Amino acid sequence: MTSLPSLPAPKKIGLVIDLDVCVGCHACVVNCKEWNTGGYGAALSDQQPYGADVSGAWLNRIHTFEVVPQGGEIVGEAGDARIVHFPKSCLHCEEAPCVTVCPTGASYKRAEDGIVLVDEDKCIGCGLCAWACPYGAREMDVAAGVMKKCTLCIDRIYNETFEEVDRVPACVRTCPANARHFGDFADPTSDVSRMVVARGGIDLMPEQGTRPVNKYLPPRPRTALADMASLPLAENTAGAKGFFAWLDGMLDRI
Amino acid sequence: MHPAPSIILFTVASGLGYGLAIMLGLGLLDPQALATKVAHVLSLVLIGGGLVSSTLHLGNPRRAWRALSQWRSSWLSREGVMALATFVPLTLSATLALFAGRHSLALDLVGAVMAVATVWCTAMIYASLRTIEAWHTPLTPACYVAFSLAGGALLAAFFAALGGGEPRGPALAALLLLGIAWATKRAWKRRVTALVSATTPETATGLGSIGKVRLLERPHMTENYLTHEMGFRVARKHAAKLWLIAVGFGALLPGTALVVLLTGQGDALVITAAALACLGFVLGLLVERWLFFAEARHTVMNYYGG
Ligand code: SF4
Ligand code: SF4
Ligand code: SF4
Repeated sequence: MTSLPSLPAPKKIGLVIDLDVCVGCHACVVNCKEWNTGGYGAALSDQQPYGADVSGAWLNRIHTFEVVPQGGEIVGEAGDARIVHFPKSCLHCEEAPCVTVCPTGASYKRAEDGIVLVDEDKCIGCGLCAWACPYGAREMDVAAGVMKKCTLCIDRIYNETFEEVDRVPACVRTCPANARHFGDFADPTSDVSRMVVARGGIDLMPEQGTRPVNKYLPPRPRTALADMASLPLAENTAGAKGFFAWLDGMLDRI
Repeated sequence: MHPAPSIILFTVASGLGYGLAIMLGLGLLDPQALATKVAHVLSLVLIGGGLVSSTLHLGNPRRAWRALSQWRSSWLSREGVMALATFVPLTLSATLALFAGRHSLALDLVGAVMAVATVWCTAMIYASLRTIEAWHTPLTPACYVAFSLAGGALLAAFFAALGGGEPRGPALAALLLLGIAWATKRAWKRRVTALVSATTPETATGLGSIGKVRLLERPHMTENYLTHEMGFRVARKHAAKLWLIAVGFGALLPGTALVVLLTGQGDALVITAAALACLGFVLGLLVERWLFFAEARHTVMNYYGG
């Protein structure tokens, strides 16, 4: 059924992505692909994987943005521009437009936990759901002709054969910087809910009315370079002490 | 958006087919005449051909029947259901005209109403998408229906000229509908030109509170499904030229030809004028549809620097 669940889900599981912490290493991208190409549904195919024009289906991608404050300079090191690495996977929206447009019933939102999934046996590969998603979270598997998207690693998070610590999405488990967190947003005491409150978690494109479950934590405020007290100045040796003061004096004398 | 030839062909062909069916249903042509019988067949061929072409871009066409199941929420599903259901009255009407040489008013009217509804559903697939702001307006289905009716009247005038009846009635209707269609399209285009996108790289990333957001690096060096499908962009100077071509072929040429038809004398002149009008309109409409897709910007491009 491509109508959305009428009752609010008892659980609202999803991800918190910390933009302050993400270093843009793409580890989650690779592990997401690795996990999902071997598990649920058709493999995530690549086209011309060894050619010049390689492309393929990925469920998670990292974009990198440069954010320039008003009056800031563009060049990263010299000005106040910030580089923000931006991981993006399905946000498991509460008002998921990708679900309601689906003509076949392949796309659906689970009533019990809010995960948005594609039943690949029903999907005709019309691509309309990818048009309806504002975030670009759905990609066609060109080889299988079916739509692919983040499953919130449904085959890990409920997998009782896994140790507790591994019952989280592959991207969360693999992130070396701990930039991705998994949990239940319906529970106000969960880690993810608390993080969102503490850090002012945000929705992407609120104007699209999708009410995403996943939240993003904005980068923490940063001291402007110009205001930093101790800039490492290569020319100034006035504060040198001990051995360095001696070395400074000796070198001056030579 | 990527202007897929299969979808352009589908919307143009089925729009013309339904338009012609509507004009036939309104009794614009004489059911006894051979030309009218051909018109009935052509309308069904255009509709059927369009539907087949629309399945060409599916990843799994053999499961297409499943698309009939979600009419409660999906405009694509509604369109599929309506398209199939509309075949029933249209085929019956065609059969009556072909073998009995007569109309059935009730049947024709049902067919005409359902045909309008089907074109409406097709357009609503696009108009319902908030992600493509240019399409997200009631003017989109209005344009689709108006172009379908105008095209149908033009074809009806042509078949009337070929012996299906008095061509001046359909030609006058075509002139009027053509004017309405292009006026609607002009309003649509004005809205698009004036559109200030609510979705920006700042809202897409949530980083607007820090400053201006600019893409530094895409996720991968090469293109992907999203940039193929939604990243298509047509140079503005070409878009302006193509718009002129669309208006020239789709509005001015048929308009002039219809005036010649209405004022001129002689079968050869009338037939030539009607044929030219139809030909120009179809060409213009193909360009208009190509631009409809090619010029549309999808919100996902905020993540891809486009
Ligand atoms: S992020 Fe896109 S694919 Fe995921 S639920 Fe929202 S609209 Fe659907
Ligand atoms: S591509 Fe598949 S999942 Fe997406 S709308 Fe079409 S049938 Fe539904
Ligand atoms: S939750 Fe799983 S499928 Fe979704 S982005 Fe993370 S690794 Fe990929």
